[in-house]
Amino acid sequence: MNRFAELLDRLAYEPGRNAKLRLIADYLRRTPDPERGWALAALTGALTFKHAKAGMIRGLIAERTDPALFSLSYDYVGDLSETVALMWPLDPNQKSGSAPTLTEVVQTLSTLGKAQLPAKIARWLDGLDETGRWALLKLVTGGLRIGVSARLAKTAVASLGNQPPDEIEILWPGLQAPYLDLFAWLEGRAERPSTRDPAPFRPPMLAHAAEKSDLARLDAADYLAEWKWDGIRVQAVAGRDQHGELVARLYSRTGEEISKSFPDLLALLRLPCAIDGELLIMREARVQSFNVLQQRLNRKSVTSKLLAEFPAHLRAYDLLAEEDEDLRDRPFATRRERLQALITRLSDPRIDISPLISFKNWSDLTAARADPASAGAGVDADAVEGIMVKRRDAPYVPGRPRGPWWKWKRDPMIIDAVLMYAQRGHGKRSSYYSDYTFGVWSKRDSGEELVPVGKAYFGFTDEELVQIDRFVRRNTVDRFGPVREVVHEPKSGLVLEVAFEGLQRSTRHKSGIAMRFPRINRLRWDKPPAEADRLETLESLLTQREHATMPTVGGGNV
Amino acid sequence: MRPEDILVPTPSGVCCKPGGFHIDPTRPVEKALITHGHSDHARAGHGAVLATQETLDIMRLRYGDNFAGSIQAVRYGEIVKLGGATASFHPAGHVLGSAQIRVECNGLRVVASGDYKNVADPTCTQFELVPCDVFITEATFGLPVFRHHDAAGEIGKLLRSVELFLERAHLVGAYSLGKAQRVIAMLRAAGHDQPIYIHGAMETITRYYQSRTIDLGRVELVRGANKAELCGRIVICPPSAISDLWSRRFPDPVVAFASGWMRVRARARQRGVTLPLVISDHADWDGLTATITATGASEVWVTHGQEDALLHWCRAKSLKARPLDIVGYGDEEDAAAQAEAEA
Ligand SMILES: [Zn+2]
Ligand SMILES: [Zn+2]
Repeated sequence: MNRFAELLDRLAYEPGRNAKLRLIADYLRRTPDPERGWALAALTGALTFKHAKAGMIRGLIAERTDPALFSLSYDYVGDLSETVALMWPLDPNQKSGSAPTLTEVVQTLSTLGKAQLPAKIARWLDGLDETGRWALLKLVTGGLRIGVSARLAKTAVASLGNQPPDEIEILWPGLQAPYLDLFAWLEGRAERPSTRDPAPFRPPMLAHAAEKSDLARLDAADYLAEWKWDGIRVQAVAGRDQHGELVARLYSRTGEEISKSFPDLLALLRLPCAIDGELLIMREARVQSFNVLQQRLNRKSVTSKLLAEFPAHLRAYDLLAEEDEDLRDRPFATRRERLQALITRLSDPRIDISPLISFKNWSDLTAARADPASAGAGVDADAVEGIMVKRRDAPYVPGRPRGPWWKWKRDPMIIDAVLMYAQRGHGKRSSYYSDYTFGVWSKRDSGEELVPVGKAYFGFTDEELVQIDRFVRRNTVDRFGPVREVVHEPKSGLVLEVAFEGLQRSTRHKSGIAMRFPRINRLRWDKPPAEADRLETLESLLTQREHATMPTVGGGNV
Repeated sequence: MRPEDILVPTPSGVCCKPGGFHIDPTRPVEKALITHGHSDHARAGHGAVLATQETLDIMRLRYGDNFAGSIQAVRYGEIVKLGGATASFHPAGHVLGSAQIRVECNGLRVVASGDYKNVADPTCTQFELVPCDVFITEATFGLPVFRHHDAAGEIGKLLRSVELFLERAHLVGAYSLGKAQRVIAMLRAAGHDQPIYIHGAMETITRYYQSRTIDLGRVELVRGANKAELCGRIVICPPSAISDLWSRRFPDPVVAFASGWMRVRARARQRGVTLPLVISDHADWDGLTATITATGASEVWVTHGQEDALLHWCRAKSLKARPLDIVGYGDEEDAAAQAEAEA
């Protein structure tokens, strides 16, 4: 457990993806079975046991420490698990080597009764060091957040056997912690674990971002085009198990199963198939904006009220398998015909096919991209993020092959904002001020004032980063830890051209507005801050969108 | 006689009236007894300075030859008669030459410990327990959450990272006096035999440690090294250099920081550290409380740090305890940064 704790500790501080991969792979390589398997389960979120309550942990520490010292410490540290981990009194009678293994912890937690739990946890804490106690408490209270996605952990384990991560995704639904068969295969000691999963995930095909010049080189007649919808990409799969029962699953683009959150979509999968499509919220036959989908995603419990208020819809664009037939090597045009036929047979209002955009040449498509509403998207135009261009004869190839699929996004929205605060980055960027908070003008009681509207930490070139960093260092007016406030007056300051994909209302921001994917588009050294945009501009953009997508929804104070 | 008749706490340090001297005064005085060379304790401009030879040397390196009107080197254990009092210096285990100062007057014994730690450090003499009636303690890490645990284990963590990220430089922030040399010595003790690189600001003091026969192995300057040479190396620098333009010569460093503060995650994160190393030259909570108990003192004065918890602990143990509120002691790093700003 102490070694697993050391891994978690390092992962918690390490910002770099590659470094995280190496740390996890190194741990998995050096740690024996079944310990590493349970660690992999913890990292992929595959552990299921009832979590201990914070109150129980408080009780344990209260029995062992002076309340005044605890309260001074908790005040200083600010996190219960961490405070308890650090303050836990050492037991002088404890022999070294009595630290529990992760295996022991996981197995005990899944069987132990509630009454025995406090004493057990106390015994474990006695045997661990500071980091070990921290990790144990985070684990048992369910508060393990270490910035590692299941996908990253799977990528790391794949590297043990030089396998592509998608191979692990394919096997994953059929595997069980502590994954002895998986490790044995990756280390060349056994055959590949067989996957008998009736509804497996298939690694998705991804598109390259296109500029107009990329498309100009292609023959328009070889391609089909559809709208790129602003929802979430999903794979809806159904298949029969050995008893002939239909098993249906919904996966995210990265292969994580999200079935539990969308029972309404699962219900429509009444035939064996594997559909690639976009998950949207549909109200009165109109696609809702991403903001609305976001609200459903934010809710933890799936209630019938939620299902009624935010009805999920699958807009299908590809068919990867039907019954026992793998369709992935068929041409796209053929797969689409099969998809159309399947949808007709399903005959369910919750699923439809993503319509084609008719075009003869690239300038037709350019016009459609500029005005989706008139080019067939109609009332759904505001949920259009761009255009997908796909080769008619292309097979479905996992990964991001260059050529068959292109995504051609609509132009982002752009505003001019003023740099207000800058924060030092991490890792490679730790000597640079690379995270920027920017604001726009607004009239307040105290007069004209800049209100922060977003944060961005990419979009600029390395050279621009150096320039902004220099500006920050020379124009600092105040410091708070790693953050510097920089000059932002009407006549002096730095104007940033910020591009973003959308807006939504937010109670967490002083401005009441949050941006989607903001990034620094350009530095406007030429522009005085007084000429930057105003909050009203953002407000009106937001109202336009809301009215366009939800004219008839009752109680639409979203 | 009351303890306050021997040592009077003033905002600029403790003053011994019968002996006619101050201990670690923060303003110039006629006669100063200095516990150790950190700049918040050892300042220039006093009339006479009594300290260990190493502390005097360190002050000279830092402030130049004329840092005091006169100087007197005192050996550990040597008893010096000053007016109506006697004083002696005893190892504090904090940094090279660091001392606790024991003052005795009419049979009453007061020990001013300066900064101290009661754990092994290959670069300085081991802490000595000095029985006394009044113990003046620091409280830098005076909260029960500060448990420094096992410094050798932290060095192991650093070496495992160096092994895993072979192509990256490991930049280790460490205070220039004491911590930097201790980290190097501990790396050597753990078997690391590659050259270790240091920032120019710690060159003089590191060379001084080496001249006092402390074996630090091959220590090179970053300044003279080319980029390729620094790949996969351990580089020690003052904490402030990590966020400095200076650190840009390392293409993709692993940023470490060796300090007791690294025990608390929020502190480590605030610094943008990826590899926090809990290595401290101050006693941790267990060290402070164990030392206070072992001195047999019935009264405890707390100079600087997190006093509240330690005062509470003393009172719960029926010890008389008071804070001294001396202005100007603090974190070595804050003091160093301030000195830089003033210079
Ligand atoms: Zn010190
Ligand atoms: Zn100090």
